[in-house]
Amino acid sequence: MCASVKYGSRGPALIPRMKTKHRIYYITLFSVVLLGLIATGMFQFWPHSIESSAEWSLDRRSVHDAPLVRIPMSSPIPERGDLSCRMHTCFDVYRCGYNPKNKIKVYIYPLQRFVDEVGVPISSTGLSREYNDLLSAISDSDFYTDDVTRACLFIPSTDVLNQNSLRIRETAQALAMLPRWDKGMNHLLFNMLPGGPPDYNTALDVPRDRALLAGGGFSTWTYRQGYDVSIPVYSPLSAEVDLPERQPGPRRYFILSSQTAIHREYRVELERLKEENGEALLLLDKCSNLSQGLASVRKRCYKGQVYDYPQILQESSFCVVLRGARLGQATLSDVLQAGCVPVIMADSYILPFSEVLDWKRASVVIPEEKLPEMYTILKSIPHRQVEEMQRQARWFWEAYFSSMKAIGMTTLQIINDRIYPYAARTYEEWNNPSVVKWSSVNSPLFLPLIPPRSPGFTAVVLTYDRIESLFRVITEISKVPSLAKLLVVWNNQNKSPPEAIDGLSLDQTHMVERSECINKFASVFGTMPLKVVEHRADPVLYKDDFPEKLKSFPNIGSL
Amino acid sequence: MQAKKRYLISLLTGAFLVLLFYFGRVVPGPAATGSRSRHGYNRPEQPWPHFSDPLQHLSPWDHSDTEDYNVHISPRQKRDVNSSVYKGKRCRMQSCFDFSLCQRNGFKVYVYPQQKGEKISESYQNILSTIEGSRFYTSDPGQACLFVLSLDTLDRDQLSPQYVHNLKTKVQSLPLWNNGRNHLIFNLYSGTWPDYTEDLGFDIGQAMLAKASISTENFRPNFDVSIPLFSKDHPRTGGDRGYLKYNTIPPFRKYMLVFKGKRYLTGIGSDTRNALYHVHNAEDVVLLTTCKHGKDWQKHKDARCDKDNAEYEKYDYREMLHNSTFCLVPRGRRLGSFRFLEALQAACVPVMLSNGWELPFSEVIDWNTAAVIGDERLLLQIPSTVRSIHQDKILALRQQTQLLWEAYFSSVEKIVLTTLEIIQDRVLQQTSRSNLMWNSHPGGLFTLPHYSSYLGDFPFFYAELGIKPNPKFTAVIHAVTPLVSQSQPILKLLVSVARSQYCAQIIVLWNCDKPLPAKHRWPATSVPIIVIEGENKVMSSRFQPYDSIISDAVLSLDEDTVLSTTEVDFAFTVWQSFPERIVGYPARSHFWDNNKERWGYTSKWTNDYSMVLTGAAIYHRYYHFLYSHFLPSSLKSMVDQLANCEDILMNFLVSAVTKLPPIKVTQKKQYKETMMGQSSRASRWADPDHFAQRQTCMNKFASWFGGMPLVHSQMRLDPVLFKDQVSILRKKYREIERL
Repeated sequence: MCASVKYGSRGPALIPRMKTKHRIYYITLFSVVLLGLIATGMFQFWPHSIESSAEWSLDRRSVHDAPLVRIPMSSPIPERGDLSCRMHTCFDVYRCGYNPKNKIKVYIYPLQRFVDEVGVPISSTGLSREYNDLLSAISDSDFYTDDVTRACLFIPSTDVLNQNSLRIRETAQALAMLPRWDKGMNHLLFNMLPGGPPDYNTALDVPRDRALLAGGGFSTWTYRQGYDVSIPVYSPLSAEVDLPERQPGPRRYFILSSQTAIHREYRVELERLKEENGEALLLLDKCSNLSQGLASVRKRCYKGQVYDYPQILQESSFCVVLRGARLGQATLSDVLQAGCVPVIMADSYILPFSEVLDWKRASVVIPEEKLPEMYTILKSIPHRQVEEMQRQARWFWEAYFSSMKAIGMTTLQIINDRIYPYAARTYEEWNNPSVVKWSSVNSPLFLPLIPPRSPGFTAVVLTYDRIESLFRVITEISKVPSLAKLLVVWNNQNKSPPEAIDGLSLDQTHMVERSECINKFASVFGTMPLKVVEHRADPVLYKDDFPEKLKSFPNIGSL
Repeated sequence: MQAKKRYLISLLTGAFLVLLFYFGRVVPGPAATGSRSRHGYNRPEQPWPHFSDPLQHLSPWDHSDTEDYNVHISPRQKRDVNSSVYKGKRCRMQSCFDFSLCQRNGFKVYVYPQQKGEKISESYQNILSTIEGSRFYTSDPGQACLFVLSLDTLDRDQLSPQYVHNLKTKVQSLPLWNNGRNHLIFNLYSGTWPDYTEDLGFDIGQAMLAKASISTENFRPNFDVSIPLFSKDHPRTGGDRGYLKYNTIPPFRKYMLVFKGKRYLTGIGSDTRNALYHVHNAEDVVLLTTCKHGKDWQKHKDARCDKDNAEYEKYDYREMLHNSTFCLVPRGRRLGSFRFLEALQAACVPVMLSNGWELPFSEVIDWNTAAVIGDERLLLQIPSTVRSIHQDKILALRQQTQLLWEAYFSSVEKIVLTTLEIIQDRVLQQTSRSNLMWNSHPGGLFTLPHYSSYLGDFPFFYAELGIKPNPKFTAVIHAVTPLVSQSQPILKLLVSVARSQYCAQIIVLWNCDKPLPAKHRWPATSVPIIVIEGENKVMSSRFQPYDSIISDAVLSLDEDTVLSTTEVDFAFTVWQSFPERIVGYPARSHFWDNNKERWGYTSKWTNDYSMVLTGAAIYHRYYHFLYSHFLPSSLKSMVDQLANCEDILMNFLVSAVTKLPPIKVTQKKQYKETMMGQSSRASRWADPDHFAQRQTCMNKFASWFGGMPLVHSQMRLDPVLFKDQVSILRKKYREIERL
């Protein structure tokens, strides 16, 4: 300001002959404008963290700030899902493109609050915590892109996890209003509780054109194999209760049933099994004395005795998972978490992630009709198999069921594998827990092949300084009829070969060096990969009392 | 002047205001443009705002829903509704298959008797005779779980000479048809020019389809079976082995990707093949098409035809097939093509270009491990895709093509049996094969799930599971002579076997007509001796899967075998390294007799062997199960009648499964003399008939297996330091060297 005044006093050169009053007025105005400009610049170019830290905590994270979108009554409704849809007919692969990482790009629509013409929201609950978790996980993952033009898969932010809370028609209209909807092409919807009374359809009832559906509770008649993804029904108890992993092995109970709303017919059958087999079975039901609510979810009763749920699941080898109104049951997730082998009785149910998971390794599927034979069927399973299944069940939960993130990532990975099948995870990668991965040996040459003699073999001779023995080896080896090629690796670039020295194995330092090598290698491998065997392969008739000239490999013993 | 300055100043001010507006616009921006930047879209690393509001939980518990639902409908009703609603194109096992038929007698298949005057194509005849020769066959429709028509349904192309007319009425008039329930219909070709629909031209009702070139839209999952398209020359049994003889590393061949085939100028399926020339580079990617097919190709001929045809003639298909890393398998008129099996056999990794084809046996085979599944829409990406596949992966893919070819595709018999086994797995849900059994050596046909549902009980999966076989063996001694003296060889054998540190128990299989000797007659040993009376006292009973065999390993012994404890111990340690093979002492060999044009058997001491006699051999107990349940009763009864050849049959079986020879271990010299010496069995061995019988057996077995499964070996496994010039004290198995 001082400076400006000085300029002002020097004035005439710049602002000539102005009245002092006016001059001050203009200078003030000028300064205000200048200050404003500086302030603007500051705001514009200052690092974002300062600005956002304030705004983040205040309102950025609130759902209520999402823009309100009114759906006109006449807004178009998508067609019902087309049952013949497959990846090659209803999915646009050109959007995914060829990329060296073989990874699809996923775009999430920004949150909007849809209401109908009179202002009633399309969903009674709005965004659920689970769906928020799911979208957060996707947005944090490698799959995510914020560039809608590069996206291969689109995920609406409208929460359709639970059909009960949705207004079907309006939800469908809301989906169709999405800017890139395009008949639902390349859109992915997540739904865990499909259908509604009285029939409880096994797929989401919301009309959705060609959109892919990741649904919990598909039946074989609604599941479009190779197009839809069957997902588990997430159990919120997973986040609340920490069940430590238990060692596989026999448990206190053989079969446990923990579901509360089991049909009368089935309960009668279960009671009969209980009568026949006594203590091996534990049939729990809801506690009559407890009020409804959260507490009732965590307690189960049998004849007045109260058990903690889901902890009690860890006390049984097998746990019954019966269908309810829907085929998919959250109990399945609890049972897996407890390392209890699920006995799934839900006819026509498409098991979660069945496209990639081998459920035979972790569960027993019994037709509902065969419920009375359940005990016999389960008894016939070998113990070791049961232990494997217990371990596998727990591992399935950890890898694919434990959080909304796990469920979401698995779903995307499955779709990714379909688009880039040549880079897909193998079935064994999906199904082998790391325990097996590390202990198993998979030879890259796994085919039992007895190669013919004709191509022969290549001899590789490593040499360093020992020219005489090298020549001896070469002369001997070259007599072998099936030798195809002889490769000498000369390991000494500078030195001319000295006189032959005595056998290397007599050299003490040499042996010590080699022992050190072995220890070093073993420590790099983390284990000793070499195996000791007590046999050696010799030609038939080796050193047998038999004319040498009749042997295929004569004199081999006398070399 | 004054005005001029004022004008200048107000202009400057104006300019500043404009600038201010320009810069400032961004500041009020977030508030004005709403959600977009408020939700952090200018922060690409965290685009979804992770709302922290107290959001509602999803409540996945549908107790109350279920309670309402349960009042409304009972489970039985629900099942009945399902099975009445889901028919035709929506058939599933639950709704269109009667499981109750299979409960009484297990999975049995009935084939309708052939009617006179009905002509049946050779391929269909092969299918029917395979079923009739299999262990699933029953001639009694009352026992059957699955029905197969004797009417030829393979070729449903109306223009084909094989087409059977009036099939509709013929099928409807069958007394057991029952609207196709529990019927299986085989089909290779359906529809005709120009659209080649997948309709069979008659109402199949609720029957299952085993069909080639089936599309995913028409495929009813877990109900239909997709089978490969095979030619009428496809062998009935056995079949050629894969062409991969040895692994080359690095696994690249002369060509990267090849194809040679017809190009359809018009109509369905022409698009893909018409575009192939874009990818052809005449160097390592050679994709050739010809327009020459049919009578009037000249009429539809396009501008490229002459050039393509000329290029087509330059290359030999066989030469390309065997020298290419990948083989393109584009769809033909129908989705499947012969190229698929050809490529598979030639160890040329198939690159599928047939959108919507439900690949053969896709229910059980994981095709991603043996083929590259391309997309017709992305043809131009195919070269870069196959080039991006790593060497290790190519090596694995190539080996898997051979594994699958030999396990499921090499003969009509294998294709048919695989189809039946898949259906059986669905029917007997509890005892079904896991994915690993289907997709790894030796394949689903040799891995019988009713033996055990635990993979570790089989000899094939130890490495994959990272486990080891049980470190004990059960000795099974086959006793045929009565126990009269205390110096009989069987007693010596009992003692020396029982002394082995790996012996868990000894089972004496009493196949002698005399009654069982008293308990005290058996020597006292540290391991339990279990005496079992053989069923019908026949030869095959020595390979019964007795429940009392608890260990993975079985040491099978003749009563007159002479073995020392050291020899047993050593053989067992060898077996632990090769649990899927027969490990034993006396070896025999087979050869092709050119003069007689048949297989010969020799017991001479030769430089190689292909069999190890089961009079002294260790093998996995699973082979007992396989012997009893896999082999047809015709072969087993032949063995029982002759009381001979059981060891040959066992060797055939194990080599057919493993594709590997047995393993001979060192034996003490004296073994041979005793074997051929004065003992009870000597008469049997010396008998020339006995020897002739074994020749006959070999040829009979080879014809059932459809080829010679035995493999020669020149290797014997000796203890390390065996007969080496070192002190005997340093040798662990020194007994073996002693004469």
